[in-house]
Amino acid sequence: MAGRPRSHIVVFLAPAVIVYTAVMIWPLFNTLRLALYVGGPEGRHFAGLENFRTLFGDPRWSASFWNALGNNVWFFIIHMIVQNPIGIALAAILSHPRLRFSAFYRSAIFIPTILSFVIVGFAWKLILSPIWGIAPSMLDALGLKALFAPWLGKEDYALTTLALISVWQFVGIPMMLIYAALLSIPEEVLEAGEIDGLTGWAAFWKIKLPLILPSIGIISILTFVGNFNAFDLIYAAQGALAGPNFSTDILGTFLYRTFFGFQLQLGDPHMGSAIATAMFAIILTGVCIYLWGIQTRMRRYQF
Amino acid sequence: MTKTRLAALLLTSSLLGGAASAEDVTLTIESWRNDDLTIWQDKIIPAFEAANPGIKVVFAPTAPAEYNAALNSKLDAGTAGDLITCRPFDASLALYDKGQLADLSGLASMANFSDVAKSAWQTDDASATFCVPMASVIHGFIYNKDAFDALGIAVPTTEAEFFAALDKIKADGTYIPMAMGTNDQWEAATMGYNNIGPNYWKGEEGRLALIKGEQKLTDEAWVAPYRQLAKWKDYLGDGFEAQTYPDSQNLFTLGRAAVYPAGSWEISGFNAQAGFKMGAFPPPVQAAGDECYISDHTDIALGMNAKSAHPDEAKVFLDWVGSAEFATLYANALPGFFSLNSTPVAMEDPLAQEFVSWRDKCKSTIRSTYQILSRGTPNLETETWNASVNAIKGTETPEDAGKRLQEGLASWYDPQK
Repeated sequence: MAGRPRSHIVVFLAPAVIVYTAVMIWPLFNTLRLALYVGGPEGRHFAGLENFRTLFGDPRWSASFWNALGNNVWFFIIHMIVQNPIGIALAAILSHPRLRFSAFYRSAIFIPTILSFVIVGFAWKLILSPIWGIAPSMLDALGLKALFAPWLGKEDYALTTLALISVWQFVGIPMMLIYAALLSIPEEVLEAGEIDGLTGWAAFWKIKLPLILPSIGIISILTFVGNFNAFDLIYAAQGALAGPNFSTDILGTFLYRTFFGFQLQLGDPHMGSAIATAMFAIILTGVCIYLWGIQTRMRRYQF
Repeated sequence: MTKTRLAALLLTSSLLGGAASAEDVTLTIESWRNDDLTIWQDKIIPAFEAANPGIKVVFAPTAPAEYNAALNSKLDAGTAGDLITCRPFDASLALYDKGQLADLSGLASMANFSDVAKSAWQTDDASATFCVPMASVIHGFIYNKDAFDALGIAVPTTEAEFFAALDKIKADGTYIPMAMGTNDQWEAATMGYNNIGPNYWKGEEGRLALIKGEQKLTDEAWVAPYRQLAKWKDYLGDGFEAQTYPDSQNLFTLGRAAVYPAGSWEISGFNAQAGFKMGAFPPPVQAAGDECYISDHTDIALGMNAKSAHPDEAKVFLDWVGSAEFATLYANALPGFFSLNSTPVAMEDPLAQEFVSWRDKCKSTIRSTYQILSRGTPNLETETWNASVNAIKGTETPEDAGKRLQEGLASWYDPQK
């Protein structure tokens, strides 16, 4: 067995490896390499860590970077404390055997996920518009007009508002994953619990939740990667300048402005690559912490 | 025999057909003016094609906000069109320096343009011109004439009269005094700061002094416009913080707002949308009798992709763009884009005539941030957007905004150090 040639493994792996290398790995390393150069009138030249020194050392660049990172962290926190608990709750409700029309609810909640960011950004901008939006008139009908504010235009609220819009759009994903995990719990386990006196809420906390924890872990890491790569919604709703006063600027919009330029500002691919590298490092660190710190300690059950 | 003849006939006809279609050269125009698509397709391109058989022209615009990024990527990749619509100053200069825009100094129709008109598309030493100037836009205020008449307001000429008029509109309550929002940010700088500013910094005098380093952004002339913007806040509509540019346009054309801080490019859209009489006035001066200054900004030009496969045909088109015929066609098809051609152009639109008449009584200048001063990081134009919005919202004092911008400019621009 051991002596047989295994060239067929190489042949079978080749298509995927080649395609993945060409469209993912090579561009990734090229971006990392680009971050080590600076452009000039005579063309680009190698500059070592100069771009990173500017990014973290120059007070203006570092202020923009830390602002974007801080906003990104807040964006992530909102998703973790709003999107995922709601997703789990919805899945728990949907998996209830006596719920009627559950297929309808499931589709209705999942549909926003397949909409384009541009449509979501545009629709919510209209809904929340202080001039034509239905949000102010609905609040008015309830006599709560005083609660309305032009949320997307206020520095204090804009980022939270956008994060909640994103939650609305993507709550279907944790719901579906948890729903699938809940359905895979065998009846016997629940029945055994029932015999031991665990029903209703107690059954959820003591049996179902421990069994879906690995799925919650996966959802958390997907949310983390998705949020730190986010760009589209902010760009569609607030533009590349991520107003008001950069209060919705996240790493993705900061990267876009730097890399491609904005209005009279010319693009700087090298500085942009430095930001992309920093983003890559942040996401890599987060994923590593998860994989080694949490995933390996999680208990798994087999039925 | 007949068979061979038929085959020969088919062969020759297909050869002839091939030859005829090979003569037609198609030129593609890159542009950010997607609003003008129908005008190019229905008026401008047919006029050119009728006079120049064998050259077909396709107008292929991109969304304004994406234009610069998209164009740069296309030029780098070698997929850009033959003709490139040029942004003024550094954005196009950078393309020329990279060898992506061709030098057009030798084009015959360049003689039809003044040095000022060409300045936005020249190297710093004016030795090479790389785009044919097409049009400039003028800033001012468009107002709802019916509203002004109903409330008995005369067109304001001084700042005191301007704010008195706004107070009167606000007290009456029928109209929102001024239609502008801060969501998209650029209006606050372009239709706000650079609209009213030239009266304070005395147009070209102040702009050139800033470039030479003789004036600073912390000087009164550069801070005072922010102070006026701060006063605008009380006259904007509810929720102006989240009001976008199209929102403002709609508020005005629906007749819900009385005054619109404008650029002349709005004219054709407003003519089509508004169901009331409109008028326009230049930015009011500080005291009666003061010299007035307007922003008459060289905004749009057309250049040639240096890697175009059809440079000769592209030059034929550019030569035509520099002609008086094109100037008349363009200025009348797009009222509000004023020709830069030295030959005077007769315009029919009354609102456009009003705007262009200010050239005779006021001194013209261009936007203060466009030439040289937005070359570095932080970018002065983008910072000005932000500062203008902050001034209107009241989240930053005019003095602080001036100080922040001056520090940013001095950090990379030697004459200001």
